[in-house]
Amino acid sequence: MARTYLDFERPLAALDARIETLARGGDTAEQRRTEAERRRLARRVAAGLTAWQRVQLARHVDRPQTLEYVEGFCDDFFELHGDRAFRDDPAVVAGVGKTPQGPLVIVGHQRGHGTRDRVRRSFGMASPEGYRKAVRAFELAERLGMPVVTFVDTQGAYPGVGAEERGLAESIARSLQTMATLRVPIVTVVIGEGGSGGALALGLADRVLMQEYACYSVISPEGAAGILYHNQGRKDVARAAEALRLTAQDLLRAALVDELVPEPMGGAHRRPARAIAKVSERVRWHLHDLAGQRVRDLLGKRHARYREIGAHTT
Amino acid sequence: MKESDTEAPSVCAGCKATLTRRERERRLFVCPRCGHHDRIGANTRLTQLLDPDSFRELDAKVRSRDVLEFPDTPSYGARLAAAETATGHSEAVVTGLGAIGGTAVAIGVFDFRFMGGSMGSAVGERLARVIDRARTKRLPLVLVTASGGARMQEGMYSLMQMAKLAGVLGRLREAGVPYVSVMTDPTTGGVAASVALLGDVNLAEPGALVGFAGPRVIATTPGEELPADFQRSEFLFAHGMIDQVVERRHLRSTLTRVLTMLRGPRAQSARRR
Repeated sequence: MARTYLDFERPLAALDARIETLARGGDTAEQRRTEAERRRLARRVAAGLTAWQRVQLARHVDRPQTLEYVEGFCDDFFELHGDRAFRDDPAVVAGVGKTPQGPLVIVGHQRGHGTRDRVRRSFGMASPEGYRKAVRAFELAERLGMPVVTFVDTQGAYPGVGAEERGLAESIARSLQTMATLRVPIVTVVIGEGGSGGALALGLADRVLMQEYACYSVISPEGAAGILYHNQGRKDVARAAEALRLTAQDLLRAALVDELVPEPMGGAHRRPARAIAKVSERVRWHLHDLAGQRVRDLLGKRHARYREIGAHTT
Repeated sequence: MKESDTEAPSVCAGCKATLTRRERERRLFVCPRCGHHDRIGANTRLTQLLDPDSFRELDAKVRSRDVLEFPDTPSYGARLAAAETATGHSEAVVTGLGAIGGTAVAIGVFDFRFMGGSMGSAVGERLARVIDRARTKRLPLVLVTASGGARMQEGMYSLMQMAKLAGVLGRLREAGVPYVSVMTDPTTGGVAASVALLGDVNLAEPGALVGFAGPRVIATTPGEELPADFQRSEFLFAHGMIDQVVERRHLRSTLTRVLTMLRGPRAQSARRR
């Protein structure tokens, strides 16, 4: 697969190309030396990442998406389509997964791979029918007593005429309320960009995990730069990204998420299989940890978790 | 508003007709010529809706703080102070207990002049508390919204207020206490997508902008034109999102009626206890 390199990843591109050539030529000693050099450089790049660069990593086109995590996590996955009212929204994937630990319901945004798939999925920007499909899946999980896992990966809900006509705000609010009162465990993983209400609509959970290079924000850096600096130039967007405190590290520090899931050096897209294995392992751990809880306790703790969020005086 | 301002001329935002402030106030800030409903502050709204002297404000001490040390000019702190001076309120929502046509209610009213009615931690917390109050005292909940959505200056703390409110509203719902939502101009973003559209009864004032995405960010394909009343309350009514569009002069009587009728047997038996 052809790799995509962001500006700040460029230095790595040359080394990657060199390693590939060396691997083909069979010069193992030189290859090993180059790989070590690459690791050092990758570490340096990773250590110096700005908030804006992290956003770009979170949006990286090669980053694994919901369906890849589903494949890694489940032995079998039966996808559900449609909200039973209007249409199927391909920006949201929902279905029942089979795992060695038992069946569960999985819901997540799917941005799509390749131009055609991405357009078909509206780049992961969900319409009301996407959130209504999610609610349908959540309610199924509740009825059958299965836990729910959601993956958050969207720049936001779809800002279109049709989406507004069909009640985008209502569909988001309804999804939030359903998740808030759902009588089965919910684990959410933010695997890419968490863009505002359209992301949160699938992310109200007992445990919220965030991958190391994921981000989560009340407004996109571009949107904030427009308001703050009346500008969307690169420097202003980078400043806005910094101001919004949207990195996984920021959110963990503020206790707005529960756990940071480490990614392979340079990001999940560099070694997808390892990223997927790590996420699967952490999700499994949390599901196991939540499994024994009584519904009453589960709901009480979930309620308290959100009820206590706020930076206000009393 | 100061007493001396009552004779000052003021221009209708809808049709540019000129009226004195006293006249506008008498007409509830609705233009007699074109019917345009002006945005009004929380105090004016409470005076219009509630039985005289029935209001008791709660949680006025719950205030936001600049938790992110947000690099804004003027600073977030300065913006909060200016908004307080302009509105006389310490946050973008005023909450409390009162009565409408004899029915005791828990009520929250947004003030759009306070940083665009935006929802940060304090707005979320005040709403959560008044909703909890409605549940524990079994009082019907009335929320009058006017908000651009989540408040950028508090970042993710603001976004998470949506989740907090979904939870407390869920509990209110399970407790069988009715909630009437009144959407006014404008109600968008995180407030629309959490509390505003979840009413058991959704009402809206005529011509109010209600939607999730702001009209400026709506994606249109070239040549596509937005419907004339796009995201206005009449549009939402036509698409099944709200129950009634109610003119401001009928709002109090409509609320009175609906609140009397939303007393199910559950609420009545709770009352007898």
